[in-house]
Amino acid sequence: RNGKRGEGTRRLAGTAGGETKKMNLVQAVNNALYLALETDPKAIIFGEDVGFGGVFRATVDLQERFGKHRVFNTPLCEQGIAGFGIGVAAEGGTAIAEIQFADYIYPAIDQICNEAAKYRFRSGGQFDVGGLTIRAPCGAVGHGGLYHSQSPEAYLTHTPGLVVVVPRSPAQAKGLLLASIRRKDPVVFFEPKALYRSAVEEVAVGDYEVALEAAEVVEEGSDVTLIGYGAQVGVLRQVCALAKQELSVSCEIIDLQTLLPWDRETVFASVRKTGRCIVSHEAPVTCGFGAEVVASVQQHCFLHLEAPVTRVCGLDTPFPLAHEKLYVPDVTRCLDAVKHVTSF
Amino acid sequence: MHSRVVGVGRMAGLLRPAMPLASNVHAHALGSRSMTVKVNGDKAEIEYAPCQTYKNDGPATNWIDTTKEEVKAALKQMVTMRRMEIAADLMYKSQLIKGFCHLYDGQEAVAVGIELGCTKKDHIITSYRDHCFQFSRGDSVKRILAELTGREGGSTKGKGGSMHMYYPRNNFWGGNGIVGAQMPLGAGLAMGAKYLTNKGLPRGEAPSDAVCYALCGDGAANQGQVFEATNIAYLWKLPCIFVVENNKYGMGTSAAKAASNEEFYTRYDPLPGLKVDGMDCFAVKAASQYARKWCMEGKGPFVLEMNTYRYHGHSMSDPGLTYRSREEVSGVRKARDPVDKLKKIVAELGWMTEQEVKDVEKQVRAEVDEAVEFSKTSPFPAVSEMYTDVQAENPAYIRGTDGVYGHGTCEWARKE
Repeated sequence: RNGKRGEGTRRLAGTAGGETKKMNLVQAVNNALYLALETDPKAIIFGEDVGFGGVFRATVDLQERFGKHRVFNTPLCEQGIAGFGIGVAAEGGTAIAEIQFADYIYPAIDQICNEAAKYRFRSGGQFDVGGLTIRAPCGAVGHGGLYHSQSPEAYLTHTPGLVVVVPRSPAQAKGLLLASIRRKDPVVFFEPKALYRSAVEEVAVGDYEVALEAAEVVEEGSDVTLIGYGAQVGVLRQVCALAKQELSVSCEIIDLQTLLPWDRETVFASVRKTGRCIVSHEAPVTCGFGAEVVASVQQHCFLHLEAPVTRVCGLDTPFPLAHEKLYVPDVTRCLDAVKHVTSF
Repeated sequence: MHSRVVGVGRMAGLLRPAMPLASNVHAHALGSRSMTVKVNGDKAEIEYAPCQTYKNDGPATNWIDTTKEEVKAALKQMVTMRRMEIAADLMYKSQLIKGFCHLYDGQEAVAVGIELGCTKKDHIITSYRDHCFQFSRGDSVKRILAELTGREGGSTKGKGGSMHMYYPRNNFWGGNGIVGAQMPLGAGLAMGAKYLTNKGLPRGEAPSDAVCYALCGDGAANQGQVFEATNIAYLWKLPCIFVVENNKYGMGTSAAKAASNEEFYTRYDPLPGLKVDGMDCFAVKAASQYARKWCMEGKGPFVLEMNTYRYHGHSMSDPGLTYRSREEVSGVRKARDPVDKLKKIVAELGWMTEQEVKDVEKQVRAEVDEAVEFSKTSPFPAVSEMYTDVQAENPAYIRGTDGVYGHGTCEWARKE
């Protein structure tokens, strides 16, 4: 696949040449977890139903390969899962916890935000939970309703001390997950469940990481900067194609990849070039992650702006059941925003 | 009064120690049921498998009263529940229902039995496996199926779906997607009942006009908030009955692997508890009645563990066979099916002929078929439903809902 991986990807020494295999996103995640357990004897995976492979098959075959003492089920207790993971990581283990759906992460928020995020700071560096990684499937899936569709990243990006990552594709997911597991900070890794089976590409079979804190320019353009992450990047690609075709507008697409800390320089460089910026995410617009991006962009790129910085996001309502199609920031709404900023 | 004993069921299961593996599902069955009934005109007493007790004496006898009217109603109710869930299964497979759908077939005796033991003034709150409670609390199959298909004619105007059904007029509080979250809510409902009865909240023993049944599964029973809820209910003597519907599996994890103490009726010590044969609606009735009396007298909260089973997987997305065998499922269906049990009781009571029972089934089938049609033809909810009910007073503007989606024409930016 040719794309701008550039300095965003770092291959580890000793990986197999360029051999790739077609994988969907959940297979890429599974592959990353496999490599993580193989290369790190202190790594363990736990969560609800992960033993038989998980409800999305992200952990399939791992218990068979690595044993029940390294891949095991927990009872139904997110707060317990997070707390337990923090304990393991504090003692130097590599704890890879699974929260079955991101919508269930709230009981764990106290542990993640009050304990994991602050462990290093409050102990002056004497302790840390760098070995903790929490994975959760997130995002709209067409029929999830209120509690199987949420994107709760904004609750976590508001917490200094955490790292929050959202991949857009199988190859990125594998590299970002390996980087997240090996990162010496607690990472929350949200996987867009809508892409688990639908996103397929050639993924390198070797061990590699995609750099954290690095946004990627997925498509180059000159007129408008479109910023997104996760499944929304796919929507923005479609917007880009339509904008070129119907409006003769050239869009530059940036995938943030890491939301906390996010790559400000790549974004600012792009907006200073294009003068127009649209941020898009599924989560509700008020205080969504887009608010942080927009505020920073207007501050640091003010004199370069040709139009107000704009957000196209989910609405300020609970995630609806019947009206999901109207709720999500789809191609039409985003294209509409492109029209407005280019005709400002 | 004459009594008839049919079959020679033994209470052997009582003495067998609890086995940890789900393959021993029958070991939990408290033995097979002896079909003893005593009929007296339009009334009867029905024998049920005695409950295991913890920190209480349990019901004085293992006979429970019933009437002809009650039995007939219970039969129709249970047959309807079964038919409705099967219809939902078929509708889901033909993609009329989308999203998440958790079916209750196999567990009907719990819903029917609890209703037999309480009134509509008592509160019920449960998890996402709520279709049958919505029905038992008074809603119609039509509205329930229309809610599953997400239509305007549904119980929640199509806004909630399978997991979010409510019936306020008969004190049914749903319908909760996040497991375990309904238990503190249930304790709160019980608190409200005690508060309203006593015009204030006495912390010690005080009677209550109503109780709350808060139900969760064996998976959710391990959630921290359940312990918080039972703790506070005990301290403040809240009239809350915490019901654990132990169907042996939390999604794909057996209760044996998820619960350090599988005897859920003892789990919330010091709360008293009963372990009940959840496949026998009359055993459930007896336990429900006993616990309700306990709470209404002000003695504090109670725990009921319903020994039950679900035939379907956790939801329609789960085939239900990766963590349990087909033989186990069919074994339970053969030996312990609640609808069959009730039909056997009906036959023994002699109040309905076989033909009358068949007629009930036929009538139910017709009603459910009609409801299926309704659920297909009811219109989808209006777009305005997307942004109503967010707050008490709909704000004048919810960002994004004006069709301009927040960025608009940017006129506001042009003004000086």
